[in-house]
Amino acid sequence: MILNMGPQHPSTHGVLRLLLEIDGETVLRIMPDIGYLHTGIEKTCEAKFYQQVVPLTDRIDYLCPMTNNLCYVLAVEKLLGLEIPPRAQWLRVLMNELTRINSHLVWLGTHAMDIGALTVFLYCFREREDILRLFEMASGQRMMTSYFRVGGVALEPPLGFFDKVKEFTVIFPGKVDEYENLLTNNPIWTMRTKGVARITAEDAIALGASGPTLRGSGVDFDLRRDMPYSSYDQFKFKVPVATEGDVFARYIVRVQELRESIAIVQQALEGMPEGAIKADAPKVVLPDREKMKTQMEALIYHFKIITEGFAVPAGEVYQAVESPRGEMGYYVVSDGTAKPYRVHMRAACLANLQLLPNMCEGRLIADVVAAIGSIDIVLGEIDR
Amino acid sequence: MPLAPAITDLEELKGHPALAHLLNWNSKAVQSAKFDRDELSITIDRFFVRDACAALRDYADCPFNYCSDVTCVDWYPSEPRFEVIYHLLSIQNKERVRLKVRLDGNSPVVESVTSVWPGANYFEREVFDLFGIRFTGHPYLRRILMPEDWEGHPLRKDYPVEGYR
Repeated sequence: MILNMGPQHPSTHGVLRLLLEIDGETVLRIMPDIGYLHTGIEKTCEAKFYQQVVPLTDRIDYLCPMTNNLCYVLAVEKLLGLEIPPRAQWLRVLMNELTRINSHLVWLGTHAMDIGALTVFLYCFREREDILRLFEMASGQRMMTSYFRVGGVALEPPLGFFDKVKEFTVIFPGKVDEYENLLTNNPIWTMRTKGVARITAEDAIALGASGPTLRGSGVDFDLRRDMPYSSYDQFKFKVPVATEGDVFARYIVRVQELRESIAIVQQALEGMPEGAIKADAPKVVLPDREKMKTQMEALIYHFKIITEGFAVPAGEVYQAVESPRGEMGYYVVSDGTAKPYRVHMRAACLANLQLLPNMCEGRLIADVVAAIGSIDIVLGEIDR
Repeated sequence: MPLAPAITDLEELKGHPALAHLLNWNSKAVQSAKFDRDELSITIDRFFVRDACAALRDYADCPFNYCSDVTCVDWYPSEPRFEVIYHLLSIQNKERVRLKVRLDGNSPVVESVTSVWPGANYFEREVFDLFGIRFTGHPYLRRILMPEDWEGHPLRKDYPVEGYR
């Protein structure tokens, strides 16, 4: 029998349609059908100035807007050859790790809810709310933050922001213990996840998996540590790896990442450098408001950047960062004008989704639900 | 920091494992190379793409075993019009390389690399869908993001941003 799962199915995390060929409860074949959320963002980018693309990148993966911002601005900065002041880089790391926690919390809550553990969802969204408030403090927005700009970050965080982050880092490890108490040794949870949707390291690499999905299969690779960007090389953190390659292994990797991320946030708070938050490049970075009121030049640059954008030297760059879901890559091609010639996003989820048939064929329908949750897909990123 | 000028001399770039290996393997396949902004791009003759990818994947000293991405750039109206781009990564050696293939606008066809990396499947389908490049030997070359009955390939430069109304 052929069965449609989705596109409006609560456990497909958005609008993913799966065509299941089943025999009783057993899945014989599985065909993902995507594209329901395709908005043509890559095409839209080609018609915008470089700085106008930043808000579009938020909307690709709505669970980790900052990671997308970061990847895009790093690519453009590489094209421009801009040097970013240390404070801006550390702020970016701080925000990125909070974003990772935010994204993992949504994943954990919804994944557990799919499998039937409803309480975890409420716990996770309680802490997520704290992070969204922090984002709102810094950027004025809870979700579509657009906080990073080409050349730095948009604003200096307001007074009291770092204290609030510190409060959060103090309480959060205890909260992770709470989630783990509910799940890790829970017999129902382990039965639903252990040995389910296995994938070997060779298959994961061949199919292009990345992030926790790859590390859950025993491949020790993390772009933050192995190909550092935005001063990640100055932070000390462990990269959690599990070898079983099943749903439980991916769960363990992500839960440990929550703890590592909060440790990075703590380091960022303790060592946060003083200084500028924007690069010294008047033709690219918008001037401060105060300067615009007193200096003619600043006013002219502001007018020029807003109305004409800034030209980027011709060339091409592929910048990859470790998003909560894996390797997020931006390939930006410039033809020397103020608008990008081509912006391509390498979506980690698109590659990770290809693992699904490999994981689920020959198993039960209920395992498909667990498998979809464990690869942590965001359809906005897949379809773009 | 000012941008360093791009290096395009093959002799000077031989230090990079990917280029050295490809030149050793089949120097006719390599058309040109460019090192710009710390990234190496190698342009490959379109008849050798699949074999060049397999050679890089199986290179023992620095195996480019991971296909990060396959995409395309449309240089309309110049010819050859399309550039199909492969971003490869060596997980062990932490090296990246970019392969490029130039295809003409009339019948853009290139051999699929899905037999080298099964993970290239969706990426190639996306390029087929949005650019209209055909990949021979692909197991399931159908539209992936746009509806099945869509006309045209939206990411081509002669396709209007607002679409046809």
